[in-house]
Amino acid sequence: MRILSLVILFLMLSKTVVASEQIVLGLSQDEVAITANFDGSQILLFGAIQRDAPEPDGKMGVIITIAGPSKPIAVRKKEKRFGIWVNNQTVEVDAAPSFYAVATNAPFSEILLDVEDLRNKISIERAIRSVGAPMHIENSQSFTEAVIRIRKDQKLYQLLENEILVDQNTLFRTAIDMPANLTEGDYFTKIFLTRDGKIVSQFDTTIDVKKVGLERFLFNLSRQNPLIYGLMSLAIAIFAGWVASSFFRYIRHT
Amino acid sequence: MQIYLPIAEVSVNAFLLLGLGGFVGVLSGMFGVGGGFLMTPLLFFIGIPPAVAVATEANQIVASSFSGALAHLRRKTVDLRMGTVLLGGGLIGAVLGLYVFNYLKALGQVDLLVKLCYVVFLGVIGTLMFVESLNAIRRARSKTTVINRTNRHKGLVHTLPLKMRFKTSGLYISVIPPFAVGIFVGILSAIMGVGGGFIMVPAMIYLLGMPTKVVVGTSLFQIIFVTGFTTLLHATTNYTVDIALAVLLLIGGVVGAQIGTQIGAKMQAEQLRILLSVLVLLVCLKLAMDLLIEPAELFSLGKLGI
Repeated sequence: MRILSLVILFLMLSKTVVASEQIVLGLSQDEVAITANFDGSQILLFGAIQRDAPEPDGKMGVIITIAGPSKPIAVRKKEKRFGIWVNNQTVEVDAAPSFYAVATNAPFSEILLDVEDLRNKISIERAIRSVGAPMHIENSQSFTEAVIRIRKDQKLYQLLENEILVDQNTLFRTAIDMPANLTEGDYFTKIFLTRDGKIVSQFDTTIDVKKVGLERFLFNLSRQNPLIYGLMSLAIAIFAGWVASSFFRYIRHT
Repeated sequence: MQIYLPIAEVSVNAFLLLGLGGFVGVLSGMFGVGGGFLMTPLLFFIGIPPAVAVATEANQIVASSFSGALAHLRRKTVDLRMGTVLLGGGLIGAVLGLYVFNYLKALGQVDLLVKLCYVVFLGVIGTLMFVESLNAIRRARSKTTVINRTNRHKGLVHTLPLKMRFKTSGLYISVIPPFAVGIFVGILSAIMGVGGGFIMVPAMIYLLGMPTKVVVGTSLFQIIFVTGFTTLLHATTNYTVDIALAVLLLIGGVVGAQIGTQIGAKMQAEQLRILLSVLVLLVCLKLAMDLLIEPAELFSLGKLGI
């Protein structure tokens, strides 16, 4: 009897812990196939906010992030030495997503508190982790900024403020463009619902980006059987050279 | 039409690659150079990672030089014996070059190494060829046919030991200089993604004193094997040979090489060389500017631990 009442109490408590608002999401595709003529992809994300109570007060925010696989990178800075520009200093950035897009329905700072950003690492600046840059390098911050700047130029990092459309504070949708130079792997997709800058609900899913068909076959062969791959490349080259030579000789003699 | 390259992991226009291959292929057939010294920087410019560009270009040169060498073999303008000596040195050089390449890649200085190599070699060779061709043309015009070929400097090629007779070239010289030339060209092949014809052709004419007629075919013969070996080295250690990129370049390349060989047979050697020297100097200038002018982006991103 005592146990039962505890269970009931727990259920009641957990009921109140569960947010009154929840996200339901749809994706136009949960897989991006990199084929031979892959030229980037657009992913459509749409969803609804489910409520089992009247809408609470406070400014509502919807934030969607897509993060590609994180890999450490070497950031190098050029300096003028003996009249020419050479790579001089190197800083290792421990983990930087190969792709990162943040979409919001309003200016970023209006719908997310800095504390929440710090905790969940949502903004582009926070999503990149760099600890322990060598002491002798001054201004190591500029190296992390360079990663963001370069990848923003390549459309690998995107801040899409006001790009999420929200209808009647319930339905939301957005489209995120992924460029052609994607890295293979799991792209972690997160949707945050905020009220007055605090996260009240979160939904996670993954988009699988992978090479398919011939692309996959060639890539795997080059890693698993590099010698066979190399010999195959040579055979194709020799064959092509021979075909062209014979073909042109044939033309000349007819 | 965009095409995604599986190893380079970038998307580029297929017709652009075919066109580049064709253009460089014509030059390859005309001058007996692999064309890599033009193609590799061009690949950098269209956004192919340098390591992939160098390795893939070596593979593409195999095709264009094979196609070109076949044409020369039929016309019997290949000194097989000389080619084999050059090749022996080339294989050793390729291994040495790959060590240097991978070492500097780990230091993040491989781009600089490649570009500096280009500027220095193209600058020196281009200038020498340009001056020499101008003089030759002037001599031909004034009709004072000074046969300075008979006045060959009795240099190292005659004083060093291990002499060998090269019948096709009509030479009796030491094998050490051609072997050394081979090593040198092999190193360049691994580091710069070139066949090395632009070094070998002048070296054969001016250093070894080979007749111009057999120089092109012999260098193509050596280039096939050295670049083939380099391709295998890169494919097995760096995984940077992009077969899709190579196929597109070589389709254009082999067709261009055939056309180039035809043009080459009809034009005079001096005119050919002055054209090539101008091209060499242009590429050199462009690369030198990249090093001397402050880049718009001082930072660059690289992978760790490779």
